[in-house]
Amino acid sequence: MSAALPKIRIRGLCKSFGEKRVLDGIDLDVEAGTSTVVIGGSGSGKSVLLRCILGLIQPDAGTIEIDGVDVLRQPRREQERQREKIGMLFQNAALFDSLLVWENVAFGLLARSGRGGPRIRRSDARERAGEVLAQVGLDPSVGDLAPSELSGGMQKRVGLARAIAARPEILFFDEPTTGLDPIMGAVIDGLIVECVRGLGSTAIAITHDMPSARRIGDRAAMLYRGQLVWQGPAASLLDSGNAMVDQFTHGRREGPIGMELRR
Amino acid sequence: MNALTRPARLVEAIGRGVLDTVRAAGRLALFALAGLSHLLRPPFYWRNFVSAFGEFAFFSLPVVALTAVFSGMVIALQSFTGFSRFNAQSAVADIVVLSVVRELGPVLAGLMVAGRVGAAMAAEIGTMRVTDQIDALGTLSTNPMKYLVTPRLLAGALALPLLVVVADILGVLGGFVVSVVKLGFAPEAYVMNTLAFVQPMDVIVGLAKAAVFGFLIALMGCYNGYNSKGGAEGVGGSTTASVVAASILILCFDYVLTEMFFSR
Ligand SMILES: Nc1ncnc2c1ncn2[C@@H]1O[C@H](COP(=O)(O)OP(=O)(O)O)[C@@H](O)[C@H]1O
Ligand SMILES: [Mg+2]
Repeated sequence: MSAALPKIRIRGLCKSFGEKRVLDGIDLDVEAGTSTVVIGGSGSGKSVLLRCILGLIQPDAGTIEIDGVDVLRQPRREQERQREKIGMLFQNAALFDSLLVWENVAFGLLARSGRGGPRIRRSDARERAGEVLAQVGLDPSVGDLAPSELSGGMQKRVGLARAIAARPEILFFDEPTTGLDPIMGAVIDGLIVECVRGLGSTAIAITHDMPSARRIGDRAAMLYRGQLVWQGPAASLLDSGNAMVDQFTHGRREGPIGMELRR
Repeated sequence: MNALTRPARLVEAIGRGVLDTVRAAGRLALFALAGLSHLLRPPFYWRNFVSAFGEFAFFSLPVVALTAVFSGMVIALQSFTGFSRFNAQSAVADIVVLSVVRELGPVLAGLMVAGRVGAAMAAEIGTMRVTDQIDALGTLSTNPMKYLVTPRLLAGALALPLLVVVADILGVLGGFVVSVVKLGFAPEAYVMNTLAFVQPMDVIVGLAKAAVFGFLIALMGCYNGYNSKGGAEGVGGSTTASVVAASILILCFDYVLTEMFFSR
């Protein structure tokens, strides 16, 4: 065992939906202050992995430790306390469309106000939202718009702002660049790296965009058939020496990974 | 499977149907209890309550008002045809006020609101489900049941009685107008008869029914929305299901409550 405790340690994580084994014994360590990207085909269970850690899906077996605390075996309160350390950027931003942009960004701050977090008045929350919006390159006046008035790239930025507003120790990103043009994708990646470094957070990012993976990640892991079939430095994604990773990162049709045409 | 005889298979199919129904009812009951239990534990999301209340009370007012007026009018006409041989003047006033206050007010308002507000709730919460907004609440230190469901359940139970008060008044007014203008009744006598017949208990039970119906409408909207899956199409399905289920439940509970309170 290494001296430093990993920020997140996952062992033997399993999750099935009916007959379908989506996660089949995942082992993963994420060291504090590092970023890990998880790559893998569509429907391979990447989002399910993040949802299990977030407590949105109850896994069938395995352990998830955050700062050495086995969250699945804690009372509900303690589970929630551990998970409050995590900020999440959802795949399609998942902004609350009944609220204004600034209310989205300040949502976590207001929700925690007086309940585990510092008390904050709405006017202060509003101001803080403006600062965070500026951090992700948006004008604070965007705060008064409705999420539906924003483009996809702007929605991603707001989603990022919402995720980092409470300065979480851990950040999750689910396909942050999917659906964006390559330039906007690079901009979002840049913001993510900036935010993660700025907060000193530990990050897990999901992507199947190779340039994005190499920009965001220190480490990388590939999910295939419910298992992490390869882990290594993100820089070596394109020359990993693993046949499956090679096929995936180079987008080859021929290789060990067969296209599954039916589940 | 092939070894099973036809009757055995039939029994199996029926058994499974019954089990599924019981299971669905159990899930719904647990959902309702979970929603209600958050009333006892702070925080309470007042903003969400106020906006849900507004949606119930304000936006359904015109449609409920129209329904009530015309129902009162048509009952006056119908009961006049039926009772013209007897003491029509007092019978019509009696029937109009009792049927509106006891039955038509709560039931028609309930059905209208189910089609309007219940459906909108299912669509809104369903959209939040399929676009991960409900999961996002969970990652922002907010319990989605407490935030979305509890305020709506309370709003339904409190707003529908308010609507029914309006429906009662307008329904009786509709009957009055038809009786006086078309049937030639004396206005003072009609009013006297109406007031003589209606008991406070009739009004109170009618409003209690409304509270139950409002709760059921919100419950079905929230439950179906919350459990939506499968994108926009799934949300459409939940919306329809919420209206159908709420309408059926309203009619069932109407019978049960009537049996409990009026069949002395
Ligand atoms: N709540 C759920 N119920 C049933 N099946 C699910 C659920 N969530 C995910 N799945 C299934 O798990 C598999 C992996 O999904 P997901 O993690 O979203 O894939 P991806 O790697 O593209 O993010 C998919 O086949 C999906 O259908
Ligand atoms: Mg996914």
